[in-house]
Amino acid sequence: MGGNAVHWFRKGLRLHDNPALRDALRGADTLRCVYILDPWFAGSSSVGVSRWRFLLQCLEDLDASLRKINSRLFVIRGQPTDVFPRLFKEWKVTRLSYEYDSEPFGKERDAAIRKLANEAGVEVMVRISHTLYDLDKIIELNGGQSPLTYKRFQSLISRMDAVEMPAETITADVMGRCTTPISDDHDDKFGVPSLEEPGFESHLLPLWFEVDTLTTAVWPGGETEALTRLERHLERKAWVANFERPRMNANSLLASPTGLSPYLRFGCLSCRLFYFKLTDLYRKVKKNCVPPLSLYGQLLWREFFYTAATNNPRFDKMEGNPICVQMPWDRNPEALAKWAEGRTGFPWIDAIMTQLRQEGWIHHLARHAVACFLTRGDLWISWEEGMKVFEELLLDADWSVNAGSWMWLSCSSFFQQFFHCYCPVGFGRRTDPNGDYIRRYLPILRGFPSKYIYDPWNAPESVQKVAKCIIGVHYPKPMVNHAEASRINIERMKQIYQQLSCYRGLGLLATVPSNSSNNGESSMSGAAAGPSSVDSAQEGSAAAAGRAVTLLHLHLTTFCGKYLPNS
Amino acid sequence: MKRNQRGEEEEGGGSSPGSREPRKKKQLRQQDLEDQDESSSQWGRLPQEMLLQVFQYLPLLDRAYASQVCRGWNHAFHMPELWRCFEFELNQPASSYLKATHPDLIKQIIKRHSNHLQYVSFKVDSSTESAEAACDILSQLVNCSLKTLGLISTARPSFMELPKSHFISALTVVFVNSKSLSSLKIDDTPVDDPSLKVLVANNSDTLKLLKMSSCPHVSPAGILCVADQCHGLRELALNYHLLSDELLLALSSEKHVHLEHLRIDVVSENPGQHFHTIKKSSWDAMMRHSPKFNLVMYFFLYEDEFGPFFREEIPVTHLYFGRSVSKEVLGRVGMNCPRLVELVVCANGLRPLDEELIRIAERCQHLTAIGLGECEVSCSAFVEFVKMCGRRLSQLSIMEEVLVPDNKYGLDELHWEVSKHLGRVWFPDMMPTW
Repeated sequence: MGGNAVHWFRKGLRLHDNPALRDALRGADTLRCVYILDPWFAGSSSVGVSRWRFLLQCLEDLDASLRKINSRLFVIRGQPTDVFPRLFKEWKVTRLSYEYDSEPFGKERDAAIRKLANEAGVEVMVRISHTLYDLDKIIELNGGQSPLTYKRFQSLISRMDAVEMPAETITADVMGRCTTPISDDHDDKFGVPSLEEPGFESHLLPLWFEVDTLTTAVWPGGETEALTRLERHLERKAWVANFERPRMNANSLLASPTGLSPYLRFGCLSCRLFYFKLTDLYRKVKKNCVPPLSLYGQLLWREFFYTAATNNPRFDKMEGNPICVQMPWDRNPEALAKWAEGRTGFPWIDAIMTQLRQEGWIHHLARHAVACFLTRGDLWISWEEGMKVFEELLLDADWSVNAGSWMWLSCSSFFQQFFHCYCPVGFGRRTDPNGDYIRRYLPILRGFPSKYIYDPWNAPESVQKVAKCIIGVHYPKPMVNHAEASRINIERMKQIYQQLSCYRGLGLLATVPSNSSNNGESSMSGAAAGPSSVDSAQEGSAAAAGRAVTLLHLHLTTFCGKYLPNS
Repeated sequence: MKRNQRGEEEEGGGSSPGSREPRKKKQLRQQDLEDQDESSSQWGRLPQEMLLQVFQYLPLLDRAYASQVCRGWNHAFHMPELWRCFEFELNQPASSYLKATHPDLIKQIIKRHSNHLQYVSFKVDSSTESAEAACDILSQLVNCSLKTLGLISTARPSFMELPKSHFISALTVVFVNSKSLSSLKIDDTPVDDPSLKVLVANNSDTLKLLKMSSCPHVSPAGILCVADQCHGLRELALNYHLLSDELLLALSSEKHVHLEHLRIDVVSENPGQHFHTIKKSSWDAMMRHSPKFNLVMYFFLYEDEFGPFFREEIPVTHLYFGRSVSKEVLGRVGMNCPRLVELVVCANGLRPLDEELIRIAERCQHLTAIGLGECEVSCSAFVEFVKMCGRRLSQLSIMEEVLVPDNKYGLDELHWEVSKHLGRVWFPDMMPTW
């Protein structure tokens, strides 16, 4: 009984559904909530302005909420392994709590902190609340391997125990007799930094940062905003009374006041709260029907990638990653820069990348479009490069989900069919025929009529003159010929997959192992199983093929395949 | 611990006398050494055929290490049988993430094994240096009698960036020296009509497979020369601009063997490009001559360039539309492609393809694989389609967004219905929504 508790905020920036914090309070005399501003911001190498701003807003919000219960947030700069031993001594800490981080980097960092805590005689309390489930249990259910197909994942989920209820919100009551010692100079020592502050880690900001880009954020950070948005999100769903996947239209491309993904990533919104609210709403509207798994699509995809990544420290790399197909991507920094900076000459791609840079969020179909363009569609550049750009700019891209999605979209893993290529002209045109999205984010093209706004290089000179935008002068010419690029690339993809699957036939679809799956329960042994477990065969062959491919590229000689006579 | 012939464990080596009892152990140690000699010389006396078998399973690097063990194994390493087949991987660190074949190894192969090589391929990245290195090696394969040659660009086609004459002269070395080329893969290269003539002059009896998609310097006359002379040609891949009625007739002539695969890429260089037509009679001649042949067509055209296509019956078996294709064209496909085995559509648009799919199910009785990307089909029509095709559909790859729920079926009911008709559990393809 008694003692001094410290709660370490990393993600999980909220007071609702925070079981680690709640349990830390039990019987403690004092509580201090810390956030450590790690110069290596959770493993990522570059962080854009939008992300910094969002994070700082989250911290402000947290501080404000803690003030209401007579506590404060303690922001400390440094590395956790340096900071904690100091804090343990200074504050005579007896208990340290934090939300479980499933990512390999997180686990390693936490193991080190755990060791330091043990040495200092500090009790460590870890609770799972960033994911719906205990990911290790899902993996255990799958015979010790992370599921590699979404369907397999869904079937495992349907066999798991129910999701745990969200923990009670931390209120003054919950605090009880626990207090927070706050010094007079708290703001100087531990206050939340602001972006305008001269003393702020300016070396961490990108070189092109300008103060006047600090317009009102489209996505304001913080738990308060998250909970408001949740209510709005649910209201809208109820009003529509339709839980089917909404049809894509021009408006979907714009940031929505009910969008939740960045808040889930930073943990301003508990995924479990969202889950239960969705369930309740569905039951109310559909009169007690059992909700289908598709209702939780957004949450389950997130969970899927966390599960896939948790035991794979190389998840964000191609080389040495057992689940990633080794592709002969092109190294081309110039082409990469054009894509990253929205100078490809394809208005659809450039508008999306501009929205991403300015606001920090783009619709998932927009992500598919630009990811396809960079990798298997047009530029044939490695998905790792795209992932790094998203890491810098995208508010909701955390390590597992970002890397996993890039592997998926570039057809580097999870055994996706690669035939469907998103046309950088046609796809945009079909989504927003009028072209308002383009005009909004690329004002230079405002003068083009809808007919030509997606492929302005095809517009007659007269039209370009009227639009006051000559292609090649005011706006770049298209950097590739899409027909030619997609022709070459589909051939490359086919070559690679044929080598992987040893498929010798003529079909395009059959070069990728079949996507049909059953809910087979056979364990994953890495070898193809019998006909009743096609799914495990796919899983097995996926992992085995991945391993085979990494081995393949270590050899200096490779089997010549098709060119040998049948012997 | 080493096991000797009698299967008894013994401590290896005789370098730790101190730990053993003197007299008894000394005798044993003597025996150990003799046994060791015998067993090591036994390993060393393994017949070459057995070594060959084992070595064939080893990756090259391990084989190379093994070759350092003793003279016998070194000899085995250089046996011709182990050097029949080689893939040169030519990558530059500035343009590729993958490793390249070591230059010393390449030198060794050319020096000691070039006359053993029979099945050779070159994988090059997008740098001109890699393509040049490939040509360099090719020009040195003077003593080679290749059966198979593949020039594969793994990223952008770097062979096209070489000076044409440089490439041609390197390639001609192989054509002239090999005289028994059976399989030739030269897509995306600057090969031209004269070099094809050289190929034909030296290898017309043996050539079975020729892949030359996107070789812009070849003319219809050039490829016709190949078809006229190489009567054993079974597999051919080229671009549509090289296809002609004369070519099809040449491939169907009496002297010609049955054609097995014909792959045609139809690529638009500029919007509004005009494409020539092939007469139905030419396709009919092909069918009469080679009734089982597979015709694979990949289209990369703008929607309004499909005018000349699918107006009459065409024996296409595998069809891929790499860009958006209109509803109307898909309707014509249903009407005129009775031999269709696989249909893959990258995109169509926002009008439902219900009728077109049903027609395809009706008239394409051999259809076993279908893939739909950015399209729309109502769930009812899709269920009807699957019902009509039944279990012959072994590949059904439909993006989830394609299927539009209607009053008969939502997505959940749909997957059960479809699974029922297919006789296996089926789900649409999904993309992450985060």
